[in-house]
Amino acid sequence: MGTIVKVSGPVVVATAVENAKMYDVVRVSDLGLVGEIIKLSASEATIQVYEDTSGIRPGDKVENTGRPLSVELGPGLLKSIYDGIQRPLDVIREKSGDFIRRGLTAPPLDTTRKWEFKATARTGDTVSTGDIIGEVQETALINHKIMIPEGTQGKLETLQSGTYTVEEEIGSVKTEKGSVKLYLRQYWPVRNIRPVNRKLPPSEPLVTGQRVIDTFFPVAKGGTVAVPGPFGSGKTVVQHQLSKWADSDIVVYVGCGERGNEMTEILTTFPELLDPRSGKPLMERTVLIANTSNMPVAAREASIYTGISIAEYYRDMGYNIALMADSTSRWAEALREISGRLEEMPGEEGYPAYLGRKVSEFYERSGNAVIKSAEERNGSITIVGAVSPAGGDISEPVSQNTLRVTRVFWALDASLASRRHFPSINWLNSYSLYREGLSSWYNKSVSPEWSKTYATAMGILQKEAELQEIVQLVGYDALPEIEKATLDTARLIREDFLQQSAFDDIDTYCSLAKQSMMLTMITRFGELQSQAVEKGTLMSQIQGMNVRERISRMKEIKDQDFGKYYEDSMNEIMEAFVPLTGGVVKND
Amino acid sequence: MINVNYRSISQINGPLLFVEGIENAAYNEIVTITMENGESRTGQVLESRKGIAVVQVFGSTLGMDTSRTRVRFTGSTARVAVSSDMLGRVFNGLALPIDSGPGIIGGEKIEIVGDAINPYSREEPSEFIETGISTIDGMNTLVRGQKLPIFSGSGLPHNQLAAQIARQAKVKGKDEGFAVIFGAMGITSEEANYFINEFRSTGAISRSVLFLNLSSDPSMERIILPRIALSTAEYLAYTENMHILVILTDMTNYCEALREISSAREEVPGRRGYPGYMYTDLSTIYERAGKIKGKSGSITQIPILTMPGDDITHPIPDLTGYITEGQIVLSRDLLRGGIYPPVNVLPSLSRLMNQGIGKGRTREDHRGVADQIYSAYANGRDLRSLSAIVGEEALSKNDRTYLSFATNYEKRYVNQALDEDRSIEETLDLGWELLSVLPESDMKRVKREHVSKYGRWSKEDALS
Ligand SMILES: Nc1ncnc2c1ncn2[C@@H]1O[C@H](COP(=O)(O)OP(=O)(O)OP(=O)(O)O)[C@@H](O)[C@H]1O
Ligand SMILES: [Mg+2]
Repeated sequence: MGTIVKVSGPVVVATAVENAKMYDVVRVSDLGLVGEIIKLSASEATIQVYEDTSGIRPGDKVENTGRPLSVELGPGLLKSIYDGIQRPLDVIREKSGDFIRRGLTAPPLDTTRKWEFKATARTGDTVSTGDIIGEVQETALINHKIMIPEGTQGKLETLQSGTYTVEEEIGSVKTEKGSVKLYLRQYWPVRNIRPVNRKLPPSEPLVTGQRVIDTFFPVAKGGTVAVPGPFGSGKTVVQHQLSKWADSDIVVYVGCGERGNEMTEILTTFPELLDPRSGKPLMERTVLIANTSNMPVAAREASIYTGISIAEYYRDMGYNIALMADSTSRWAEALREISGRLEEMPGEEGYPAYLGRKVSEFYERSGNAVIKSAEERNGSITIVGAVSPAGGDISEPVSQNTLRVTRVFWALDASLASRRHFPSINWLNSYSLYREGLSSWYNKSVSPEWSKTYATAMGILQKEAELQEIVQLVGYDALPEIEKATLDTARLIREDFLQQSAFDDIDTYCSLAKQSMMLTMITRFGELQSQAVEKGTLMSQIQGMNVRERISRMKEIKDQDFGKYYEDSMNEIMEAFVPLTGGVVKND
Repeated sequence: MINVNYRSISQINGPLLFVEGIENAAYNEIVTITMENGESRTGQVLESRKGIAVVQVFGSTLGMDTSRTRVRFTGSTARVAVSSDMLGRVFNGLALPIDSGPGIIGGEKIEIVGDAINPYSREEPSEFIETGISTIDGMNTLVRGQKLPIFSGSGLPHNQLAAQIARQAKVKGKDEGFAVIFGAMGITSEEANYFINEFRSTGAISRSVLFLNLSSDPSMERIILPRIALSTAEYLAYTENMHILVILTDMTNYCEALREISSAREEVPGRRGYPGYMYTDLSTIYERAGKIKGKSGSITQIPILTMPGDDITHPIPDLTGYITEGQIVLSRDLLRGGIYPPVNVLPSLSRLMNQGIGKGRTREDHRGVADQIYSAYANGRDLRSLSAIVGEEALSKNDRTYLSFATNYEKRYVNQALDEDRSIEETLDLGWELLSVLPESDMKRVKREHVSKYGRWSKEDALS
């Protein structure tokens, strides 16, 4: 048994740890605190401890479990809330009350619950890693596929439908090395990437129901997004919105070093919110990992890996997963703190030199993949990572390393947030490298005019930025009428399209069809007012027109009623402009 | 090792002692240091190796030496004895009474570093606290169990504001007021007296516990003081079922003390010399606010900090803002303009506002009217800086109404008297009144039915 020789915060050093291997999980002191070996020398093992080390002293024992830090995978993950090392917080509460005591363990998956297992493979079938051999209806929304674990290959000796706990044997495989038992549960070491056959280029958007995202800066299923922004700019709300409304099959939400109340909010609201597609509670497709800011820092480092391993497992069943990581900066800071305690040579701003590698390894676990299995099947993981740059300045290392590997950038802007323009995604600085590739999907599935309308609207917003600079010099009144018209249209785009309150019952989600019609209505209105101005109408006249209300009311109209509203409004708008454009409304 | 005295200090560096010959000091163990003249101090183990312990001293190291000073390891981590007898009393940063009253006898000994609240046990804060201050109630609503700091600057009236909140805070329809835990770190005796007199004159003192560490007191006690204050708060909230308002001031002094230890330990400094773990450290203070399912008490926190150089991107306000549930930002410009409380609502925020407002809590139009004011005021302020360049004449007529809206908003809505306690209805109505100078068609943030119900536009105006 090992013996501690040094304690410094979350890092302890021990000698004589039996069979110590890198990343083995150990139990520290009589309290049994969970730790992981992160550095080895001939005589000493350096351990990061996932719990508070107060009271631990040199001489205390260290026991090696001989196993790397792993997640338990199987039915029962959905609807759960775990800490960074997959301890179920509901069970922990039963054991220790409202405050999390140290040294507690509990199995991540309920070992007493019986699941109805339906075998889909038959005895005698040849099976290998990833093959689906049966299923369990895990929640009303998700059918949990039971797969052959990594490294197992052979003939199915037995397999029985029936009711099982995750610990009971459901069958066995005859392999070259002998018989291997099968369970509903399997394990995965979190720091290893779950392999896939190959990755495909992302081809479909993750539809989020958020206009500025879907229309302007879309993310593909299997894509990666960086969401940097100063405090209070809306990172968490964006991620909550995506968790609620995005059309992924499963959401893994990792609260990494953030607020306790934000996790509670998900826990209290999600069971009551209904998935717009299935009508079932959103919680039925959600897994929560909560390592709040005041929980031990080493477990924060692990939480990201726990989350992504669970995501990969469901992806392997053929599902589309959206993983939210809020905030990756806190994870990077955990790396920095541990690195400092190890007295490693610091890189930029004290972060370890390997920060960039760690960041890219994490995002590399996203993607649209052909699953490792004999049967052809695809699944995807979309990663949305919040970044919390110091002082909101994204020149710092975590932002920069993230932007290097992510393909979508939602630039949250403090000045938009302070005027309560939400989501405060800056339309001039943000980008999506998927937009081009997805435009054919949008043109086909939503509207043939999609790309054109997008280009028109974006053009107007860019023009607005140029005009604003002129206004700064000469004032608004000095502008030619036609440019006032452009400014006015830009304002309609900003206020009646881009702004979308997460807390409005109707506007919290906006279908693609409605998005397309809304933007078409605004750009059409813009064209008409420009035509009217060319014919000599003054902007001050147009600004008083009552039909404008048709535009400002768009957000209040429900999705299903919007088609009719759109038809009526377009007609009314056309009519209203007839006298101003000299009777001829140019139609295109 | 308990009760063995070590006279083996090998080095004293700033607030740190290096004690040799000790085989197994526990991490975070409390030690007692006794000097030759009999004076003693408390310290805590920051790092422990076989044969050496690094001890941080709370209090000054004045008079300590390497040969005669004795160090005794107590075998336990930091604890404080808490009881409801503490109400009405004044203590120093180590929880020793300094008001000439008796010592606290009995009481429950609890760890000052509280375990994290299980997120599964938390209850979402949602009860509206009426502070009577329009910029808070109307625009950045505070709810019970929230942590909402005041970002201030030196010389700004944050103390008056905090005292006004403590005095006026109430939850509608409930009688029980707040008991106040006041933790002062490194403030002047004048400031401390202001609060003490304030609590005395309103009679609030009998429902308060004060922990005072003045600017002349040892800076290292500032590290431990907020934790003692919060352990006391947790006891009163969750054992005695009280609603607690914790005011911590000045968190900037706390962070300075943290930086001092870090540099004495020769740690790799983070931004501006503050330690890289300051975020985590601060969160173990701020996250102790909240509500717990099934418990009737609560902890609401109002930490105060002065932003060095009025810079909101400075690590202290920055890291605080990343942890707390919003912030109330005070502005020097508004103060110069004679506005009290000089709250700049634009960078201010209450993240839990939505949970506390609306129909059945405040009023159905609350969210909309607040958003509308935000947007109009932001617009007005932009135009103010624009008109400074191009002149007011270059603005359109509409722009000029926004300009005057901003001015009136500051004079009538933001500004209020030190003892003015506005009801939420008054605040909301005042908002509508001020908005009524703007065109009704610009009211895009409010529901149309609310415009007709609460708005002050006459029918003729709507047509013009
Ligand atoms: N889409 C939205 N609709 C309405 N309000 C929003 C929206 N996005 C953000 N907000 C408002 O902004 C506040 C702050 O947002 P959020 O908590 O997401 O910030 P954050 O970037 O995660 O900050 P931090 O880094 O401190 O966690 C919210 O409490 C809410 O009031
Ligand atoms: Mg956040």
